Amino acid sequence: MSDVLVLVDHFDGALRKVTPELLAAASRIGNPVAVVVGAPGTAEALAPALAEAGAATVYAAESAEATQYLVTPQVAALAAAAAATSPAAILLAATIDGREIAGRLAVRLDSGVISDAVDVDADAVATQSVFGGSYTVRSKVSRGTPIISIRANSIEGSAPAAAGTVTPLEFSVDAAASATIVAVHTEPAGDRPDLGAASVVVSGGRGVGSAENFTVVEALADALGGAVGASRAAVDSGYYPHQFQVGQTGTTVSPQVYVALGISGAIQHRAGMQTSKTIVAVNKDSDAPIFEISDFGVVGDLFDVAPQLTQAVQARKG
Amino acid sequence: MNIVVLVKQVPDTYSERKLRESDGILDRDATDNVIDEIDSRGVEAGLQLTEAHGGEVTVLTLGPDRATEVLRKALAMGAHKAVHVVDDAFAGSDALQTSAALAAALGKLEFDLIIAGNESTDGRTASVPAMLAERLGIPQVTFVRALEIDGTTLKAERTVDGGYTEVTSPIPAVVSVTEKINEPRYPNFKGIMAAKSKPVTTFSAEDLGLAAGDTGGAVSWSIVLDAAPRPPREAGEKVNDDGSAGTKVAEYLASARLI
Repeated sequence: MSDVLVLVDHFDGALRKVTPELLAAASRIGNPVAVVVGAPGTAEALAPALAEAGAATVYAAESAEATQYLVTPQVAALAAAAAATSPAAILLAATIDGREIAGRLAVRLDSGVISDAVDVDADAVATQSVFGGSYTVRSKVSRGTPIISIRANSIEGSAPAAAGTVTPLEFSVDAAASATIVAVHTEPAGDRPDLGAASVVVSGGRGVGSAENFTVVEALADALGGAVGASRAAVDSGYYPHQFQVGQTGTTVSPQVYVALGISGAIQHRAGMQTSKTIVAVNKDSDAPIFEISDFGVVGDLFDVAPQLTQAVQARKG
Repeated sequence: MNIVVLVKQVPDTYSERKLRESDGILDRDATDNVIDEIDSRGVEAGLQLTEAHGGEVTVLTLGPDRATEVLRKALAMGAHKAVHVVDDAFAGSDALQTSAALAAALGKLEFDLIIAGNESTDGRTASVPAMLAERLGIPQVTFVRALEIDGTTLKAERTVDGGYTEVTSPIPAVVSVTEKINEPRYPNFKGIMAAKSKPVTTFSAEDLGLAAGDTGGAVSWSIVLDAAPRPPREAGEKVNDDGSAGTKVAEYLASARLI
């Protein structure tokens, strides 16, 4: 069985949730091989979790500069791993960095690339959901090694545990073709999950009315263990910071549960959330387009409904 | 410094977008086409840098004949000249082929910096800037919300999930900008008139030394097997709040085992 390379998405010494999903997808196609790029010692620390998630081999692409340059260390490591294993496919998370790594790697390996897949089968045929979920497209790479970036929360199932044997991988980064990360600034997101990968998202729109009122949205998100999002109208009105915008020009989300509070559901917003599994909407206007795609809609005042829902959720948690 | 700004004509997101039934490729004839909003911010960023440091802004697009409209819009904003890569052979090109054609065109231009929008609203692959940088063997600095040039070094703030990073890079480099970078200027009457006499150079596939076997949908590096309109989402239950709707939502979520 051919190897399938998975670029490990990790942060702060732990796997991001999408990594086991990528290994599960890899196990459908072939033998999952994890590639860890990081400072020396990173792969050894992640190996038990990667073995549990199905990685037969864990390539350690480690150096001090691996964390210093933008994107190019991952490209170099995957290219080196591909040369070593002739993989059947290379899978990455469809994050900002993941898609750029995929793009550069495709040029370097003279291979086709498919972005932002929501499913992949045993023949490396990828399913994409395009134009905000209005079309489902299945495609296949027809040249070189298929390179596929996969959206978080979209792969079902898991891979059986495997050995997770750590193997060092030689790679070299061209400094002249690399941008350098000087400093990282984290804007306060508190303990909430990342918007793009959260399994519950609670978003507020123009109907929330003010920045202060967003505490109602946040309280419900916290009760549900979810992320907070905002419509473009809410962001443009200054109610909530831009990095939380859901929609065509913001983040595309596909959670298990999406709760829209005071959001009318403009096409640009729907494009960023309509592949959510379950959609709940609360809006005063019974003609709001958001109700056309809601599994459960409430015509009412979000300031009555959301706090009551928050309380009911908390009560159920005991 | 000389700056090349990549612009693209895209289907208006306010119009309905369709995939052709025959091959699952975007039907660009069936929709209104406009300059991608993000690209006018790229033009603005280029203009601001040349206003501060001197040099010229060249706008570059790959697209059919009517894509000259977006070039004229950028020239009216103040760009100095335009390059249009146009050839029927490019129809149906994917991101890899597009980046190859753009790299070939850039080989004929002088530049210290290349600026692009971070993600087009139609293809949404967001990978052309990275592919282009790889082909040119230079760094890419993407999702930039603030940008300055200091000698031969570029300094930028790059938006990432949950914050931003400060990044430096040698130039030339490929930069992609987010909608936070600036507010693009509107072309004024003088700019629109001046745009009519600014030079637009066209390159065909042959001019760029690209062989027929390298371009277009027929030899794309990935193929669409099938494309189906997603069944429209059905509206589910809708209730009027009688004072207990919050509790009802909780019951609904619990019955679906979502909480």
